Amino acid sequence: MYRVYGAAKGCQKILGGSVKMRVINKAIPKIDGIDIATGKAVYTDDLSSNNALVIKILRSPHAFARIKSINTERAQEVPGVECILTYKDVPGVRFTLAGQSYPEPSPYDRLILDEYVRYVGDEVAIIAAVDEKTALKALKLVEVEYEVFEPVLDFEEAEGHPSIVHTEDDIHLNMDIGMNREKNIASSYKLEIGDVDSELAESDIIVEKTYYTQAQAHAMMETYRAFSYLDHNGRLTIVSSTQIPFHVRGIVARALQIPQSKVRVIKPRIGGGFGGKQTASVEIFPALVTLKTGKPAKIIYDRKETFSSTTSRHAMRITVKLGADKEGNIKAIDMQALSDTGAYGEHAPTVFSVAGHKTLPLYNKAQAVRYMGNVVYTNKMPAGALRGYGVTQGTFALESAINELAAELNMDPVVIREKNIIKEGETNPILEGSKDGNPAALESCALESCIKKGKELIRWHEKYPRKVISDTKVRGVGMAITMQGSGIGGIDTASAVIKLNNDGFYTLLLGSTDMGTGSDTILAQIAAEVLDTTMDRIIIHAADTDISPYDTGSYASSTAYVTGNAVIKAAEDMRKKIVGSGAKLLGLSEKEVEFDGEFIKNINGKQKLSLNELAQRLISGEGKNQLIGMGTFGGETSPPPFVAGFAEVEVDKETGKIDLINYVAVVDCGTVINPNLARIQAEGGLVQGIGLAMYEDVQYSERGKMNSNTFMQYKIPCRKDIGKITVSFESSYEPTGPFGAKSIGEVVINTPAPAIANAVYNAVGVNVRKLPITPEKVLKGIMELISE
Amino acid sequence: MKIKVIINNQNMELDVAYDEFLADTLRRYGFLSVKKGCDTGSCGLCTVWVDDKPVLSCATLSVRINGKKITTIEGVQKEAKEFAEYLVNEGAEQCGFCSPGFIMTVLAMKRELQNPTVEEITHYLTGNLCRCTGYMGQLRAVKKYLGVV
Repeated sequence: MYRVYGAAKGCQKILGGSVKMRVINKAIPKIDGIDIATGKAVYTDDLSSNNALVIKILRSPHAFARIKSINTERAQEVPGVECILTYKDVPGVRFTLAGQSYPEPSPYDRLILDEYVRYVGDEVAIIAAVDEKTALKALKLVEVEYEVFEPVLDFEEAEGHPSIVHTEDDIHLNMDIGMNREKNIASSYKLEIGDVDSELAESDIIVEKTYYTQAQAHAMMETYRAFSYLDHNGRLTIVSSTQIPFHVRGIVARALQIPQSKVRVIKPRIGGGFGGKQTASVEIFPALVTLKTGKPAKIIYDRKETFSSTTSRHAMRITVKLGADKEGNIKAIDMQALSDTGAYGEHAPTVFSVAGHKTLPLYNKAQAVRYMGNVVYTNKMPAGALRGYGVTQGTFALESAINELAAELNMDPVVIREKNIIKEGETNPILEGSKDGNPAALESCALESCIKKGKELIRWHEKYPRKVISDTKVRGVGMAITMQGSGIGGIDTASAVIKLNNDGFYTLLLGSTDMGTGSDTILAQIAAEVLDTTMDRIIIHAADTDISPYDTGSYASSTAYVTGNAVIKAAEDMRKKIVGSGAKLLGLSEKEVEFDGEFIKNINGKQKLSLNELAQRLISGEGKNQLIGMGTFGGETSPPPFVAGFAEVEVDKETGKIDLINYVAVVDCGTVINPNLARIQAEGGLVQGIGLAMYEDVQYSERGKMNSNTFMQYKIPCRKDIGKITVSFESSYEPTGPFGAKSIGEVVINTPAPAIANAVYNAVGVNVRKLPITPEKVLKGIMELISE
Repeated sequence: MKIKVIINNQNMELDVAYDEFLADTLRRYGFLSVKKGCDTGSCGLCTVWVDDKPVLSCATLSVRINGKKITTIEGVQKEAKEFAEYLVNEGAEQCGFCSPGFIMTVLAMKRELQNPTVEEITHYLTGNLCRCTGYMGQLRAVKKYLGVV
């Protein structure tokens, strides 16, 4: 008997038939759950040395300025100050903080410290002292004289603005990203399939609207932090709460101009990431201090720094033009976008392109589609990666426009989707893995049944479009659909290594980074399933760049799919080696034995060898052959997961107040590897999406200072803000996925904004096209309707 | 200055700065379960008990707890683990950074409220933010733990 795992076609039938999964699709408790819940010391700062120097950063009070002079003499004299570093003390080689595979599309447009400061909060000086108080005291004594410039604050006015955010001529680009630095354009992009203009000209109905999405904050509970020290070999070791240990190694090495072999990055438990920790916002500072002083150093950002001196979601403006016939068949989609990358270009080109790439394939019946526009530099905090990575922005615009088209046609928004959405087996040239003239096929898709199920769960037929509750209150329902990807096709790779230890248990070495998602658990489940063993016999180690096999990191919804496939390969390799070594010790041929997880035995079971004994004998003088299984995976495609989201809101017509009553999301993430963990991923993503939709508003002062830099001003949803959330799964089977799985981490954040906007429209006839959907905007819309 | 306190049933004398907050003092003395998330008393991560009542240790000056009894999750491990199992069984333990503060609030609620309704539970816990879970799984765990239907 040889079982078929994962990446083989035809698995669906095996799964549905005779092979019963023992560990996959089971609600296995998270392996680290009890320890992290009960407060064990496992996070970055819990592990840092008490003797580490404490680092504080002096930040620019101006949105755009040049440092005319900087005097650190008085600050240096404070007892306990170890070093103060300014732009004169750092290498002059530009880099990006974006955690992406080399060659990164993000422009190398920053220095550790620069003579120019480009946003309020940009770094001016690094102060390291024996303790925080001393560092803060010294920080206040650094004297800086600035030449202040007119900042570029409105991203719609950035292109061609008299101020140029990046005047330097040594920006390095790894590839053509359409940069036009003198016009403040960091990147420009165009995708067109078919002839959009002529399809639009021939359409019966045209809907054209402009939508705005805001610069959402990640607001992970553990703020950014890292510490560093020199090890016994004089190598720089960085312990960081990061999603990207291998990229941090590369970024730090480039920024500090030292070989990667001199850098080691260790990731302990992470207190949330959401894409924020896919950008190396803090690691360079302690690293530099440790290199300069030889001493351990640590940096912990407070919440204000986390809000205002790291990265956020790219704010975007997207104008959508839809052409359709009278029956609601969509003929053409045109999306013209503008994205605000702030002062530096982390993730600028890729977030931008993804906003079109992972929305347009949903409506593959359209004859022609176009997505194009610019990413501009402004003098605001840089944008970066945030769960959804552009798709969230694109989904709000496109799905809102589709809902407005349905309203224009007097058609149920569900019906217009049923007519136009992509289905399993169909192709689309924008799907990842497409080649010129050879569009990729959608191998798994249960979107249709997600919509059907969602409709039932929210009781759409009873509630659509609205129900009047009282003279002042009315309830409406709305919906939206979305897709994402599973890793980046052709780029993301992961390796996994499994060791068989002398007592018959395994160590699974990974370079992926469980930031709370439970990925360590589901990867152990995958290994346990293939090796016919139990969860307690799989020990997970992740991640340490000196020890772990290479992994691009946990981002782009990659870990279950990309690393999961690598784990299957490693575990299969291990199985093969167990069978081979076992057969040899039994004096049989490989064909004569099988492995059931505990014993290697011949067909009649008379000759057998336990795994424990095999492991013991292999590491001894007799065997001299510790077994190590190894697997590397990189996807050619990026199979999309899907969600259909349905919102029910209650609107107070007198005040514009919106209460979210119900949210239903039906998810197709392929095979659900762990139902409980997948459910929480979905619920958490939905609530973050609800925050984007209704509460989270980034406010800047007239001079470019971020005002919403604490939880007092920047409201993330609390328990009372979210109504009732219902999550359900409609599983397709992805033939390239581990046991049929696709991703779930990002796709779940995308539907709330457009679905809630649609529900508000269906309740009171107001379309809010600029997020967040606040009572003020709804009330203004109601009053405009009355005055009309 | 020196203060005398009882931490997790142990008498301790602590040396604290006049402007030091309890969360920092506790971490400095090795109670590393205590986390800080916001600096503005908004997130609930730093929740510990002072004289058996949940307080925000990031907003409590250490000098003010002189003579008082402090309980961190290290001091109620058995009870915390009992509830943590409900949490983990729902999959509602995600990054874990907010959990010690959240669990201390749940355990205090159990002592304080008799047969609470879902609304009362939500209200009691509303000062404990969580960015990972979306709260629903935590609520399912609390309801099961307290036997609330």
